Amino acid sequence: MSKPLKQIHLAAHFPGVNNTTVWSDPAAGSHIEFSSFVHFARTAERAKFDFLFLAEGLRLREQGGTVYDLDVVGRPDTFTVLAALAAVTDRLGLTGTINSTFNEPYEVARQFASLDHLSGGRSAWNVVTSWDAFTGENFRRGGFLPQEERYSRAREFLATAHELFDSWRGDEILADRATGTFLRDARAGAFVHRGQHFDIHGRFDVPRSPQGRPVIFQAGDSEEGRDFAASDADAIFSRHSTLKEGQAFYTDVKSRLATYGRRPDQLLILPAATFVLGDTDQEAAELAREVRRQQVSGATAIKHLEFVWNRDLSAYDPEGPLPDVDPVVSEEHISRGRAQVRMYRDPVAVAREWRQLAEANKWSIRDLVINTGNRQTFVGSPATVARDINDFVQADAADGFILVPHITPGGLDPFADQVVPLLQERGVFRTDYEGTTLRDHLGLAHPGHRPDRRTAGSAERAAS
Amino acid sequence: MSSTPPAHLHLAVALDGTGWHPASWREPAARPRDLFTAGYWTDLITEAERGLLDFVTIEDGLGPQSDHPWAADERTDRVRGRLDAVLIASRVAPLTRHIGLVPTVVATHTEPFHISKAIATLDHISGGRAGLRVRITARQDEAAHFGRRTIRRIDSLGTPYAQEVITELFDEAADHVEVVRRLWDSWEDDAEIRDAATGRFIDRDKLHHIGFEGRFFSVKGPSITPRPPQGQPPVTALAHGTVPYRLLARQADIGYVTPHDTAQARAIVAEIRAEQQAAGRAGQTLHVFGDLLVLLDDSRAEAEARRDRLDALAGEPYTGDAPVFTGTARQLADVLEESAEQGLSGFRLRPAVAGHDLPRITRDLVPELQRRRRFRDAYGSGTLRGLLGLARPANRYSAAVA
Repeated sequence: MSKPLKQIHLAAHFPGVNNTTVWSDPAAGSHIEFSSFVHFARTAERAKFDFLFLAEGLRLREQGGTVYDLDVVGRPDTFTVLAALAAVTDRLGLTGTINSTFNEPYEVARQFASLDHLSGGRSAWNVVTSWDAFTGENFRRGGFLPQEERYSRAREFLATAHELFDSWRGDEILADRATGTFLRDARAGAFVHRGQHFDIHGRFDVPRSPQGRPVIFQAGDSEEGRDFAASDADAIFSRHSTLKEGQAFYTDVKSRLATYGRRPDQLLILPAATFVLGDTDQEAAELAREVRRQQVSGATAIKHLEFVWNRDLSAYDPEGPLPDVDPVVSEEHISRGRAQVRMYRDPVAVAREWRQLAEANKWSIRDLVINTGNRQTFVGSPATVARDINDFVQADAADGFILVPHITPGGLDPFADQVVPLLQERGVFRTDYEGTTLRDHLGLAHPGHRPDRRTAGSAERAAS
Repeated sequence: MSSTPPAHLHLAVALDGTGWHPASWREPAARPRDLFTAGYWTDLITEAERGLLDFVTIEDGLGPQSDHPWAADERTDRVRGRLDAVLIASRVAPLTRHIGLVPTVVATHTEPFHISKAIATLDHISGGRAGLRVRITARQDEAAHFGRRTIRRIDSLGTPYAQEVITELFDEAADHVEVVRRLWDSWEDDAEIRDAATGRFIDRDKLHHIGFEGRFFSVKGPSITPRPPQGQPPVTALAHGTVPYRLLARQADIGYVTPHDTAQARAIVAEIRAEQQAAGRAGQTLHVFGDLLVLLDDSRAEAEARRDRLDALAGEPYTGDAPVFTGTARQLADVLEESAEQGLSGFRLRPAVAGHDLPRITRDLVPELQRRRRFRDAYGSGTLRGLLGLARPANRYSAAVA
């Protein structure tokens, strides 16, 4: 028992555009109005969370050729919301998901560097890729990127952005009125990048920001995604919610770091987690079942079954048995703009397995979707949830969690009020912020000027 | 009709670094070391709001500032470097309540889809106070920052060849704005229904593909962001000739122009009105604002002395696209009133030194115009369109159905 307790990192994911978010609840507010974001961010900051997290998708989801209408639809622009939230918070980190396929490094780098300046060093970038021509229809280039090249573009995009961030050392602005020297260096911001995806040169126009570079997140789960995280990211946003899966993922990803000359503590593993709290464990369990039924209406159950069957199932009764027809196996999918439909690699086998499950348990379509879908990660009294979260982290299944409440904007409040104090009592979560930047909160080194990425952990803070 | 009092003037301030004079950063009132902080921009914009101004614009580009119109320079004696204007505007939005926020966006290298949702979001955050100032760039160095296209080199604006390049960039900008505007309308106002009975969050018949297909790009839509509170945040652009006047005529709510005398002002307004008619928008409000760089002091001699001092520090007399006004607030009020008679409905003032001339605008010029009953005594409308006398427009897609 000589091992010291790990400190837990906690983040708040603004409820997203999927059926985890229960919009039909009387307590559910707007997903667009700024007041919702302010409430959510202030709750997270009151609870001393590390950061707030915004997801993004660049095309509204469609199913069966029309916009999917059963979940929350629409969201504001990521950078714009984060910059505004910097005005109503002081310490909370601000993480934005920004796509490396339908953006360009110069523009994204100046947006993150600007956000980092405007927030006093609180910015983070969740780098995601996208390859579908469907999303591309909203952009100048259309669907230009072959699937197999999406990570190579993402890596080069990030490397290029780092070159831009590092093109300013941090001491160039002299602003000496007497001698009339504003810049020490006439070539401040100069860069040249020649690569497979980007061939750019010139001068970056945002001076070095408080963190030097935003904190980098990676969210993919594939082999390529894991390697990308191990080589380039400061934190990984994963989806493994059981202890065993979490430990396996944790061990796997952390073991990859050595290949890139990095130490295990240079990459934080922060899975997404949902939660339901009750006064007692039993009450929480009942509430959790109720929330699952809210999340999976009959109509939603049919639509989710269509992800696997890949055909119109609107004629089926959600309270009845599963369809006896087989899924349509095709490159064309009934659902577009959704990542998870790619998970069903053998839909015919999944359908067979689900039919067996439903028969064995006497499940209707809706029961099946409720029971095979994502259950809440943590369910129980505040004491139980605090214990479980701590157990996960101390058992190296995670370094903390990105919590996804199901109610906007107040879903985080009970966690902040009831669970966080218990984690603080256990001595595993901060009672106040010690630093001002997100890197401080996450215990990450501040990059100095042009650090060798392989030794980026050696704190060069004095130089930055 | 002759008894109708003259209309209120519209007043905006153009913010750019420490001010528009290249030596502005060396003045005692300047804060050059704070340029990259939120506090600096908050202070400037709240000062503008104290003066009840219609809006501020925030300059931006996709490369460092340059004294050269078509390329980068390597000067070290001027402010170089800046923050993204949309993010500055959104950072300040929650800290202000009335003033319009109009960041600059460059159409040439950006995605209209991203710009549309960013300005829509700024509008949501600010409760209907967003606008945008669209510009093009013909700088080769900025094109090299993106590496997606080459902009042909321009040496002098006068050649037919340069006009061809510029015309193409403005045509593209017009398409860019068209897409931005269609995306703002791609959600009808009441698309979000939250109908518990049917389980539908939106009425998808009220979301629209925009189906834009143009010479330069195609965009499908709909936007991922619901229609902004103003419906259509005002689109503005600076224009120095026929080609950009056409952009104003086709797409803008406000044009900034730079006449150097009253005859020129009349001629420019006439040309823009003719283009507006040709573009089929004769019935719509298109404000034409005069741009002026201002040095304001208690006496003209003082202002001229300050200009001389700044010019000496810069090493050369300042010349720019816009006329330079040097004098007192009362004298400036005279100039504005006279220019307004030529058909200008407002002015965008460029403070030579932000830390000096902006407070002179808000504390001297505004009270002077109020005494003359040419400027508001309090903010009335909550939205930027409201301040500008622009009605909230119908949605082009719901109008088509009706």
